[in-house]
Amino acid sequence: MAELETRVLGGGESGFATTKFELLLAWARKYSLFQYPFATACCGMEFFSAASPRYDIARFGAEAPRFSPRQSDVLWVVGTISQRQAPVLRRVYEQMTEPKWVIAFGTCASCGGFYDNYATVPGIDKIIPVDVFIPGCPPRPEAVLDGLMLLQDKIARCDRTPETVKNTQLPAGAEETLEKLYQLRMKP
Amino acid sequence: MSKLILERLQAAFGDDIVEVSSFRGDDVAVVKPSRWVDACKFVRDDPRCDCGHFTDLSAIDRCDPRTDELDMADRFEVYVIAYSIAKKHRVRLKVRLPGDEPRIATLVGVWAGANWMEREVYDMFGVRFEGHPDERRILTYPEFKGHPLRKDYPANLAQPLLEYREGTFNKLGPFLQDEGMPLNRSPRSDDRN
Repeated sequence: MAELETRVLGGGESGFATTKFELLLAWARKYSLFQYPFATACCGMEFFSAASPRYDIARFGAEAPRFSPRQSDVLWVVGTISQRQAPVLRRVYEQMTEPKWVIAFGTCASCGGFYDNYATVPGIDKIIPVDVFIPGCPPRPEAVLDGLMLLQDKIARCDRTPETVKNTQLPAGAEETLEKLYQLRMKP
Repeated sequence: MSKLILERLQAAFGDDIVEVSSFRGDDVAVVKPSRWVDACKFVRDDPRCDCGHFTDLSAIDRCDPRTDELDMADRFEVYVIAYSIAKKHRVRLKVRLPGDEPRIATLVGVWAGANWMEREVYDMFGVRFEGHPDERRILTYPEFKGHPLRKDYPANLAQPLLEYREGTFNKLGPFLQDEGMPLNRSPRSDDRN
């Protein structure tokens, strides 16, 4: 992709673009992710809020939840997975049709969190392959959207290595702006 | 809180009530295992106790595996909490069971809600309930070995149903014996890195 020059055509201009078929397909796929929310614990609440209009996950073409694994592309594992539940999760994953991606939402799904005992799977990557880990207990909706964008990025690159959402830094000057907004809001 | 229920219990059962205590309104009576069902029926049916509401049934493993023998005579304590909605008082009945093959009569005939609670106690502590209509594990799975809330069960010993995938990494460092929990953490440095 890097060697290609891309430019938005102006009015009256005409032209063409060359690409690889896989990249075109990947570009199309990354904007039509049907999701299967496998919500088992408190992170589920945070997932609902990330999917609600305030954070508007529809911007990423990922607003349609499918409660059948056969119709979905992304498996969101949201919350703690117990040992007893592990076969169910594996079955759901196996029922999804290719291509399929998995997001581990929150610390418990990523590594078991603070549970280190007889009951909990220490990270769902022990039973199914994971594409994106979103840390947080629970993660902020912003982190969830970062995770989704990271997944879109990976889909566009045709990259299947597991990746973790990094800490985001506020852009320069954002903190002062937020503080001003806060003061305005606090005015009687 | 009046100690009415404890007094009624002692009057009705005499020496079969091993011990009574009352702490900040929590009335506790320890019953002999032979009179366990009778005592529960009494607090349910006696018109002045009237504890028809079954709140909870669970158990306590009282042994300290560092110092105690695991088959001590009163290792397990099964307790039931009963509440009277009309009279707004509650009582806690306890029974003490040996560490070696703990078994006690079921309360399903007294309160039907005891069914799943007793299954949980069986699952977590291995206490057998004689006469229970459906004595199976309720939280773990049939393949599970041992009883995880017993003090001698290693705290981080998992029994996965599925084999773990190859090539995954463990993020937690090893828990060593110097953590102050000598028997709770099993040193398993071979599968943690």
